[in-house]
Amino acid sequence: MPYYECVFIARQDVPSAQVESLTETYSNLIAENGGKVEKTEYWGLKTLSYRIKKNRKGHYVLLNIDAPHPAVAEMERQMRISDDVLRILTIKVDALEEGPSAMMQSRAGRDSGRRDRDRGDRGGDRGGDRGGRDRDRGDRGERSEPKPQVETV
Amino acid sequence: MCAAPARRPFFRRRKTCPFSGDHAPKIDFKDTKLLGRFVSERGKIVPSRITAVSAKKQRELSRAIKRARYLALLPYLVK
Repeated sequence: MPYYECVFIARQDVPSAQVESLTETYSNLIAENGGKVEKTEYWGLKTLSYRIKKNRKGHYVLLNIDAPHPAVAEMERQMRISDDVLRILTIKVDALEEGPSAMMQSRAGRDSGRRDRDRGDRGGDRGGDRGGRDRDRGDRGERSEPKPQVETV
Repeated sequence: MCAAPARRPFFRRRKTCPFSGDHAPKIDFKDTKLLGRFVSERGKIVPSRITAVSAKKQRELSRAIKRARYLALLPYLVK
């Protein structure tokens, strides 16, 4: 049976206990249709990057599924009907991930100083003339090297 | 974006693709921290000529970024 990764976002005003029961309903649905949910991950209440149906936050749940397509299709259909589910993304993958996903691993130090560290090397040279930008930004590694003033051949 | 001529005193090593090699990270739409590095402040995908991602990996990357955007993990645009 093919493997799927399904992420759905539940509304922010749904209590986490209900999110769990939602997850369970969908897992059972998969099981009824001859599939198996290998792993479920609750990512918690996360801030959405943009508003979805007036919601600023949402509960993220990841399901790793090993099930025939009709089971997944039925689950998606039920999710779309449900008012509590804002968004669904199901992706077929070649192999299911073992262990916690990247999201869970980065949960610990997610918010602190992330932008500064990742962005620090860019951004300083924004807003220059566009023509020179490509060359300047292409090689940020060796930024500190002074550029020669005159070229002697 | 080719390497500077050899006679120039400042020789720039060509950057290699950050997704090839032994310890390369896997491109995954769930890994927002990783994807965030390949997105501009404005929320746009940074061209591969700047990040030196190979063409194949850039396609994979852009797919992952678009998936992350759909799930509101990454913004479509930052105002």
